[in-house]
Amino acid sequence: MTKTTRIDACFQKLKTEGRGALVTFITAGDPCYDVSLEVLMGMPEAGADVIELGMPFSDPMADGPAIQLASERALEGGQNMIKTLEMVRQFRKQHKETPLVLMGYYNPIFHYGPERFVKDAAEAGVDGLIVVDVPPEADDELCLPAMEVGLNFIRLATPTTDDKRLPMVLQNTSGFLYYVSVTGITGSAAPDISRVHENIARIKRQTELPLVVGFGVKSADQVREIVKGADGAVVGSAIVREIEANLDENGKALPGLVDKVKSLVSSLAEGVN
Amino acid sequence: MTTANSLMNGPDERGHFGSFGGRFVAETLMPLILELEQAYETAKKDPSFQSELDYLLTYYAGRPSVLYFAERMTEHLGGAKIYFKRDELNHTGSHKINNCLGQILLAKRMGKTRIIAETGAGQHGVAVATVAARFNLPCTVFMGATDVERQKPNVFRMKLLGADIRPVTAGRGTLKDAMNEALRDWVTNVDDTFYIIGTAAGPHPYPELVRDFQSVIGREVKEQMMEAEGRLPDSLVACIGGGSNAIGLFHPFLDDPDVNIYGVEAAGRGLDTPDHAASLNGGEPGVLHGNRTYLLQDDDGQIVEGHSISAGLDYPGIGPEHSWLKDIGRVNYVSATDKEALDAFQLCSQLEGIIPALEPSHALAYVKKLAPTLDKDHLLVMNLCGRGDKDVFAVAEHLGVEI
Repeated sequence: MTKTTRIDACFQKLKTEGRGALVTFITAGDPCYDVSLEVLMGMPEAGADVIELGMPFSDPMADGPAIQLASERALEGGQNMIKTLEMVRQFRKQHKETPLVLMGYYNPIFHYGPERFVKDAAEAGVDGLIVVDVPPEADDELCLPAMEVGLNFIRLATPTTDDKRLPMVLQNTSGFLYYVSVTGITGSAAPDISRVHENIARIKRQTELPLVVGFGVKSADQVREIVKGADGAVVGSAIVREIEANLDENGKALPGLVDKVKSLVSSLAEGVN
Repeated sequence: MTTANSLMNGPDERGHFGSFGGRFVAETLMPLILELEQAYETAKKDPSFQSELDYLLTYYAGRPSVLYFAERMTEHLGGAKIYFKRDELNHTGSHKINNCLGQILLAKRMGKTRIIAETGAGQHGVAVATVAARFNLPCTVFMGATDVERQKPNVFRMKLLGADIRPVTAGRGTLKDAMNEALRDWVTNVDDTFYIIGTAAGPHPYPELVRDFQSVIGREVKEQMMEAEGRLPDSLVACIGGGSNAIGLFHPFLDDPDVNIYGVEAAGRGLDTPDHAASLNGGEPGVLHGNRTYLLQDDDGQIVEGHSISAGLDYPGIGPEHSWLKDIGRVNYVSATDKEALDAFQLCSQLEGIIPALEPSHALAYVKKLAPTLDKDHLLVMNLCGRGDKDVFAVAEHLGVEI
């Protein structure tokens, strides 16, 4: 891929500023379309450098309870792929620079039609895709069509991705590489920072791509520690839990939800400033 | 011996049966399933692996299971000559033990020290807990909370065998949710854990290895029918949830074009209602639990829960080889409703003195329709893949009887 994407530009800019990226995750449509859009719209100002927007799925096998429940809330609220892409369009009208990555599982994309999906996503203003259950062995399914329309296909490397396998994972990855800090699911226990740094150093010997670390990252202090070696840190479950904590018994947003989430993101951003 | 145009050659090296199957898992699990594939390839070529498995199948599981001429059922239906493959006579009461013995031997070869599994009706869970006890490995079984409630006898059995039961409350608390949770456990405990999948689904190589371990059913039927009648059967009938008992019966016959093959899905309250579990007859291709296959799903690609009176059939997917066999037309996939299965359950108990599980009661429900349309010299084999002891409470409730 020769074209510079918003993701490439973002990491170049951060490099000149000498700081790491705060990558934030929310599930599209959680707890409902309007509130979720408002949260999304407030993210850049609150300090998110890159945004991951989850495409809700009924069977999120790689996710812990926090994101499972977020997916359930979104689907109950009527979220679907068409609405998720509409949310990106709304976001992109106002935010021209902040990179947005769609993250999720393959079946809703397969059902939508992979070729049609990558085209519609690119047109809506999506910059990259993270699809958990499409490994490099199945690049022809989605990765190659995504590259063709200029989307970054961002892969996960994990503690089980050894040096022998790493080149295969890196081969068609662009934008950044997402290092999964632990063997496990999202929202798990905090990673062992020294082991994470060892693995970052190991991976950086094989690639010049920006390297972002996620899974189990909850606090500004953890973010600060991670970006000492990595180019960014992802916070997901902690933000989603803040949404969950500000719902009434019927699952409707309580007044102040959006501000509370934004203030959490601002405090996390202190870890990269 | 397989030939170039055999239907028995699948899957290819990427785990595909036609466009189905494959390996759709998170990166953390990729190295593990590649390692499993390697280990299985090596084991297949090692005569000591097969001989140990054969020994256990004979002396522990009680194989071969008999091929029984169901004389009164044949008379009653007044058509085809009906044989039951009595896999319900196996140790643990179903065909599930065939696969569990194979997989635990693989686990042992790979040096794994902890076993996990998912279960729906609990038949697979019981078989896993059994082999884990026999091989002295700790075992955790994930079971949907709804299934824990409706399959109490099996839950207690697993506990007696020393298994740790984890009720899963996510989703509707059935088999698919249990499988999600087992995958979450596996991704967390990658070093020591072996995941014994119970049906011929999941990422490659599971559909292949489960099929291979279950194919002992069809191989025995071939021999036993030659002995009994001097020729191959004309029809095979088996129920389908994920499809492991069915593929085990069907696979050795795929290259025998004169053998008609029927897979019976659970139609629940009817295929024209949302309450069924017929992935092939009422679903569309999609990707779930590591493979591409027919799935029950909505317009947005969200997975829909299946419904069946039988907890062993209400999985919203199906093994990928069945999806391929449907598309190429080699197997006829039909269905039976809850009510038809309940009727067959009672008929079999009364006519043959065999209480079948609700799962093969679906196969029998179809045999009830098919057999009368066939000649008296037509040889029909139905896989009676499980016994009904576990279902007596549920059936009593459906019949309005208090016990």
